Amino acid sequence: MEFGFTTAAYVVAAVLFILSLGGLSGQESAKRAVWYGIAGMALAIAATLVGPASGLWLLSLVLIAGGGVIGYQLATKVQMTQMPELVAAMHSLVGLAAVFVGFIAHFEIGNAAAGGDLGTFATMIAHKSAVEINILRVELFLGIFIGAITFTGSIIAYGKLAGRVNSAAQKLPGGHLLNIAAAATAVLTLIWYFNSGGFLPLFLMTLAALFIGYHLIMGIGGADMPVVVSMLNSYSGWAAAAIGFSLGNDLLIVVGALVGSSGAILSYIMCKAMNRSFVSVILGGFGGPAGEQMAVEGEQIASDSDGVATALNEADSVVIIPGYGMAVAQAQSSVAELVRKLRAQGKEVRFAIHPVAGRLPGHMNVLLAEAKVPYDIVMEMDEINDDFPKTDVAIVIGSNDIVNPAAQDDPNSPIAGMPVLECWKAKQVFVSKRGQGTGYSGIENPLFYKENTRMFYGDAKKSLDELLPKIN
Amino acid sequence: MKIGTPKETYPGENRVAMTPASAKDLQKLGYDCVIESGAGLAAGFNDQTYKDAGVEVVKTGVALFKAADIIAKVRPPSDAETKRLSEGQTLISFFYPAQNTALMDLANKQGATVIAMDMVPRISRAQKMDALSSMANIAGYRAVIEASNNFGRFFTGQITAAGKVPPAKVLVVGAGVAGLAAIGTATSLGAITYAFDVRPEVAEQVESMGAEFVFLDFKEEQQDGAATGGYASVSSPEFAAAQLAKFREIAPDMDIVITTALIPGRDAPELWTKDMVDSMKPGSVIIDLAAERGGNCKLTVMDEKVVTDNGVTIIGYTDFPSRMAAQSSTLYATNIRHMMTDLTPKKDGVPVHNMEDDVIRGATATHKGEVTFPPPKPKIAAIAAVAKKPAPKELTREEKRDAETAAFKKQTRNQVGLLAIGGALLLAIGLVAPASFMQHFIVFVLSVFIGFQVIWGVAHSLHTPLMAVTNAISSIIILGALVQVGSGSFLVILLAALAIFMTGINIFGGFLVTRRMLAMFQKS
Repeated sequence: MEFGFTTAAYVVAAVLFILSLGGLSGQESAKRAVWYGIAGMALAIAATLVGPASGLWLLSLVLIAGGGVIGYQLATKVQMTQMPELVAAMHSLVGLAAVFVGFIAHFEIGNAAAGGDLGTFATMIAHKSAVEINILRVELFLGIFIGAITFTGSIIAYGKLAGRVNSAAQKLPGGHLLNIAAAATAVLTLIWYFNSGGFLPLFLMTLAALFIGYHLIMGIGGADMPVVVSMLNSYSGWAAAAIGFSLGNDLLIVVGALVGSSGAILSYIMCKAMNRSFVSVILGGFGGPAGEQMAVEGEQIASDSDGVATALNEADSVVIIPGYGMAVAQAQSSVAELVRKLRAQGKEVRFAIHPVAGRLPGHMNVLLAEAKVPYDIVMEMDEINDDFPKTDVAIVIGSNDIVNPAAQDDPNSPIAGMPVLECWKAKQVFVSKRGQGTGYSGIENPLFYKENTRMFYGDAKKSLDELLPKIN
Repeated sequence: MKIGTPKETYPGENRVAMTPASAKDLQKLGYDCVIESGAGLAAGFNDQTYKDAGVEVVKTGVALFKAADIIAKVRPPSDAETKRLSEGQTLISFFYPAQNTALMDLANKQGATVIAMDMVPRISRAQKMDALSSMANIAGYRAVIEASNNFGRFFTGQITAAGKVPPAKVLVVGAGVAGLAAIGTATSLGAITYAFDVRPEVAEQVESMGAEFVFLDFKEEQQDGAATGGYASVSSPEFAAAQLAKFREIAPDMDIVITTALIPGRDAPELWTKDMVDSMKPGSVIIDLAAERGGNCKLTVMDEKVVTDNGVTIIGYTDFPSRMAAQSSTLYATNIRHMMTDLTPKKDGVPVHNMEDDVIRGATATHKGEVTFPPPKPKIAAIAAVAKKPAPKELTREEKRDAETAAFKKQTRNQVGLLAIGGALLLAIGLVAPASFMQHFIVFVLSVFIGFQVIWGVAHSLHTPLMAVTNAISSIIILGALVQVGSGSFLVILLAALAIFMTGINIFGGFLVTRRMLAMFQKS
């Protein structure tokens, strides 16, 4: 059976998906781009339902609608600060779906060999030669493998981001040896599966992959989550592509490859922003310090809201550096209110966003956008770093490692060489922070001890709300 | 004691050394003020406003010189005025003692103390009485306004329904106070401004005012401006030649040239030669702020506006501050008032001429029957000397091109290398894999390639929406479940149904959340 119409629809859908990703190059075109994506998806599903999947289309529609209701609920209720968790959770669904589809494909191969009640896919398989069947097996094996890693990995990432799993890097005794053993098991089962074609090796491999996903992500600290989330994003794409190969479906391959490369590039950008290699992030945690770290001298000097208000009232240019702490305290609307007040007085207020601020690439941008901060005053690190010496007041809200001068000054620091926001060059720095503890990565931050730094202790939202009435 | 200000006798001089506002401040120092009738008229201050400020108005200059103990004026006094000075009287004005030695001797013979406002040393403390700077500032501003008045076009570039207007190009030679003021005014009118100075260390100031500094390809170490009290010094013949060559190169492009180059105590250096003027476009304007000292352009006629044969207007006015008399009088009167504050530490109306004070010593030309000019070097250096920084090496055009070609070649090598490896891999796979696999494989490779090309363009701030949207479209795996749901056993249907359900959540959730996020991004 040929489905010329379906193929044509797939081509259109693929083009729409490419346009959808390309449109994200600017804020305005992005609003259109998302509609391209929706149209592409609708077209792809409709064409499949009309064409090759006409068997149980009513059931399919009911299921999609049911999923849609849940998806709608999730999407409209989620807080913008919980966006990282949501994305991670949804990745796990794609991973699991890939595993299921892989299993189905395996059963169909069995059906085709038995020559029983043949569906469209089984019919196609029945025409294939032995070599092609073998390739098919490798493909679906890969699809299930990657899908399973994505599934457990995403669940752990979700747990860490939502605070349900301890976010510190943890490893079972044995460490990477366990991962290697699991990977070896997977390779062995592949050979076994090749020879026997049975379900058991496939199932064992799935268990091994699930374990790898779990253990790998458990070993990565919370601060590296932006990389992990985009990496899992990439994996879900590769899984889809692998399944596409085994089903012989070009649209699956195209979209899987697009998603896969997009996630890979994002991971690369994140790693570069932290000056770390991808491998060292994936293999877990920060390495131990390479030598004696510089001792931090001086003491942290606290300030209160009156002090901050006076400095802000006198300043002409203000730069705000938000971090994960702002997201945790849900302080983005208070920050936006502060910005509105300062801007109303004709002061120059800008935001400096580090590429890995928050727990998701671009996390801070989304939070600030939610609080209606205009995006043209939100700057990237490279755009604003040179302006700090001309800045009167820099306010650090809940960020730590991304403003750590040790990255430049101390070659033995674990984050040495990581590009950071040079806020200490501003005339005065205020750091809004919950307490005296170290940040996510557990590294002492010399910024807090600098002469022009004042600590503004307390929950970010509470501190800001206290500060707001004093700005006049 | 009494401070008096006569009417300026120099023809065309509109400024006045005392304003009603400065008179009030002088009275707070304990002085009585007196002014010649009509002295402030040209600057917009009539006698009544002086009277309202408590200033005594006398009819004639002769009466004023009799009444006042301290005479404050703008221009150096004429011979007749100097002869009216009497024993113990103090004169405060611009004096230029180096050029006016005869006048200085005459004043000394009369027994008067002369404080020359142009001799105030350039140290931070004395900035408030630095009348040369305040006048130069006005001259720089006015020079641009005068240029604009004689220039037939906009300064700013505009694209209008009636056609495109190119922005004017302005060259400011000499980045002293006047030069910097001219740069600021020209850039704020929208012109593209270039500036040159023999002191390379002012490049930073020039750039901070929004102009582009014109660098010379010249190796010789210039004398540090800090050593000469912040003023330019004479440059070597080689340097001068390099400078002229540069000017000759850019002259045809310039619409307006403002020259402000002066070296203290010398004639103005010739910087804008006749052939440069000839190469300029008709309608161009040259403002020569050095006209009083012979001009930076030899075609300049002092105090006049001339138009050359090729239509270039050359303005040699020397009275720019006087053309804005209200502004310049206010600033000059304030400078005088600050000088008096320093001279009257007790605020009791009695000046104390403390010759130990760097500023007072420096400005005093004659005192108690002695000529005290020239003053010794001030104890405090005007500008802290900066350690010479090695200037970033200016790459010559050839070096730049070489570097570019090298980078280009390297890039080409990298790309070709990658392509060769990729191609070889593809071929190797093609040798063993069946055709049906290769078909899909090509699609896969191309998609990865497109993905890489497209994703690099995604804005940094949109990375979270990108994740959400790729998450949504990775649900395309639903197709796999859809094609299979209709076939096979119950197990297959169950698994497929679950997969469809889950991806359904993902599709709707992913797209909706993306839309929510994108709708929030807005411009200010």
